[in-house]
Amino acid sequence: MDSIDRAIINQLQDEFPICDRPFQAVAEGLGISEDDLITRIRQMLENKQLSRFGPMYHAERMGGGLSLCAMHLPEAEFDAITEQVNQFPEVAHNYARDHHFNMWFVLATETPERIEKVLQEIEQVTGYPVYNMPKKEEFFVGLKFEL
Amino acid sequence: MSDNQQGLDDLDRKIILATQSGLPLSPQPYVEVADQVGCSSDEVMQRMQRMLESGVIRRIGAVPNHYTLGFKGNGMTVWDVPDEKIREYGTKIGALDYVSHAYHRPRHPPQWNYNLFAMVHGRDREEVLKKVARIAEILGDDNRGHEVLFSSRILKKTGLRLG
Repeated sequence: MDSIDRAIINQLQDEFPICDRPFQAVAEGLGISEDDLITRIRQMLENKQLSRFGPMYHAERMGGGLSLCAMHLPEAEFDAITEQVNQFPEVAHNYARDHHFNMWFVLATETPERIEKVLQEIEQVTGYPVYNMPKKEEFFVGLKFEL
Repeated sequence: MSDNQQGLDDLDRKIILATQSGLPLSPQPYVEVADQVGCSSDEVMQRMQRMLESGVIRRIGAVPNHYTLGFKGNGMTVWDVPDEKIREYGTKIGALDYVSHAYHRPRHPPQWNYNLFAMVHGRDREEVLKKVARIAEILGDDNRGHEVLFSSRILKKTGLRLG
């Protein structure tokens, strides 16, 4: 990764334009060619320096439900219950964390009403309570790393 | 919530499906999307512009992968602050350059008394903890308790997908 790659990452955390030749427009600002910009973005996606490139959609505003959920599970049962929880297609991300609440997952459902139903199903299947922590307000979502 | 759906129609949904895993890496990406969904590129651009304005699209751009870029410490920090001040503090902490997400979430007393979540990034855990100390300074006496939850394992990671 060189200084041009870093400039690209910094630049692309801002708005990517909606126009006929958006890569051309961004490349001009960076003083590189359109082709070079596209090649470098592709490379950084392949190297996993970028995890995504494109529009970020807002799940709730598309009509879906989204929530963060936590569980406290005994270590001995952790792996078996992980399998049960991950089998739900609505479980999008799931992390083990070093805490009394040792499992944290994000539920994404087609409608907001489904969140409660899926939570109850997970409780029934696993036999443990699920703590629902949907966001009440969002203060900032984005990344602004200066590399 | 009244902002659900935002009057999205079938063509909007087709555009969302065609772009949710990424924008085509070609000189005219919106033309490619238009070809996939069967409309003009002007139509695609207008609709994406509208979704951007209504907040259905948060932004268009790149998401850097903290981990591979050397930010190997990522801590979910949780704070118990007075509810009446949550907006003031959430806005302040969300604006810090080492915080990527900040949310007000419900407490579950007595097991869980935290109402403010902030994802803190650093090169390692030590750096994360230093930044946590700075947040604690900002909150002062209104910090009635906090914890840092480091992730020990990714158990599942799929994108958020529309059906």
